Amino acid sequence: MAQNSAKNPPTQTASTTPARTTGTARVKRGLAEMLRGGVIMDVVDAEQARIAEDAGACAVMALERVPADIRRDGGVARMSDPAMVAGIQDAVTIPVMAKCRIGHFAEAQVLQSLGVDYIDESEVLTPADEAFHVDKWAFTVPFVCGATNLGEALRRIGEGACMIRSKGEAGTGNIVEAVRHLRSILGDVRKLTQADTAELFGWAKELRAPLDLVQEVAERGELPVPLFCAGGIATPADASLVMQLGAQAVFVGSGIFKSDDPAPRAKAIVEATTHFNDPAIVLKVSSGLGDAMKGQEIHQLETKLADRGW
Amino acid sequence: MPKIGVLALQGAFREHAEAFDALGADVVLIKHAEQFASIDAIVLPGGESTTQAKLLDTFAMRAPLADALAAGLGCFATCAGLILLATEVLDGRADQVPLGLLDVAVRRNGYGRQVMSFESALEIEGLHAPFTGVFIRAPRLVRVGDSVEVLARHDTHPVLVRRGRIWAAGFHPELADDLRLHQLFLHALTREDANP
Repeated sequence: MAQNSAKNPPTQTASTTPARTTGTARVKRGLAEMLRGGVIMDVVDAEQARIAEDAGACAVMALERVPADIRRDGGVARMSDPAMVAGIQDAVTIPVMAKCRIGHFAEAQVLQSLGVDYIDESEVLTPADEAFHVDKWAFTVPFVCGATNLGEALRRIGEGACMIRSKGEAGTGNIVEAVRHLRSILGDVRKLTQADTAELFGWAKELRAPLDLVQEVAERGELPVPLFCAGGIATPADASLVMQLGAQAVFVGSGIFKSDDPAPRAKAIVEATTHFNDPAIVLKVSSGLGDAMKGQEIHQLETKLADRGW
Repeated sequence: MPKIGVLALQGAFREHAEAFDALGADVVLIKHAEQFASIDAIVLPGGESTTQAKLLDTFAMRAPLADALAAGLGCFATCAGLILLATEVLDGRADQVPLGLLDVAVRRNGYGRQVMSFESALEIEGLHAPFTGVFIRAPRLVRVGDSVEVLARHDTHPVLVRRGRIWAAGFHPELADDLRLHQLFLHALTREDANP
């Protein structure tokens, strides 16, 4: 895909010399590259944000309720109060992300005006549009979107997402859906690399994905943007598992601040993500962390958040 | 060809590894202190400087890295790597202690938040044609000591500096689809090794 899509007219500032171009695919995807090998933590206030930063989080996701509480409370989940997000921006030096509802481009505009570093167009919030996602090319701020399979990932990238996270099932503390989604995305990427050029047309139809992106994945053997993992990570070994499966970084939502002792668990998950392929280190950091969040069986859930988005 | 280690604790280390590999260097990812002894130069990649600094401390790599650099290990640092090397960090966390091996002061996120991240053409000493500078939540060099040579500026601010075998950039040459700066560093490294 072209670095500067025609759909994404770059912004030239005329007043300064030399010219600066903001909002290019390169600087938007580039921030996702910088987060690789790291842990992005859900936080609900400035104190949690500082704990996350102290533990070595590479970014925080500012939201009013972690997914486990959204599940418990029910009702409509919306973008967080901008004042609360601003409080977290003031509290930490690492990037701050925030969520908008699927298709709610006005919430996204508010978050961009607030200067958040990444917007998560997230199935964890109640969708605002049941047919269309946000046109993410229209924004200077980069977007991350969830995906359960390769077709969904490529549709989001086609709309301008600069990072994909496998959805998993947020707020459950259960890793099984994250594993299913990662294996589905990466398994189909591997199959695409074996397909001949004629078969790629069929793949594009079957995946309901843009042909140029299908061809790009077939050639590169990976998504055109970084692939992170979210939804159900609760332990250092969970982080190691999804990194070994091919995730490039992890989002931890409820898993940290719904556990017995958040600070050491947060630090342990950071260390296990760095040394994901060194079982001796994962062993060392896993010991004596207290109880992980209780978690839920997937078949007992009333709402599967991963089913939101199209 | 020199052996290049790429610090692989967190961040965009893969792109640097691919760039030096494409130039024919022997590349190894570095996650442990004992690996410093076996390389000619280390890449300190972009990423989150607070995360990287904490991991250097947790895994007891900070002092060995500082010692190796003081003893002449080559270094190619970008963005967060520049912050790690600096003597002074402004707008960072109070507990953020850099290695202090490059006499510069840097302001974290000195060009603004992500929406201000930008690309701009740079004139770099030693390169004939402009180079695309990719600045992502970039640190801004606000003071450069006498021991430090400036190789490129953007809008009067230094963005690429050098002290002997230590090079540091506020931007991301590894994202520019252009190997010339990595090559310039490799050439300088091998030339010095041939004529110490």
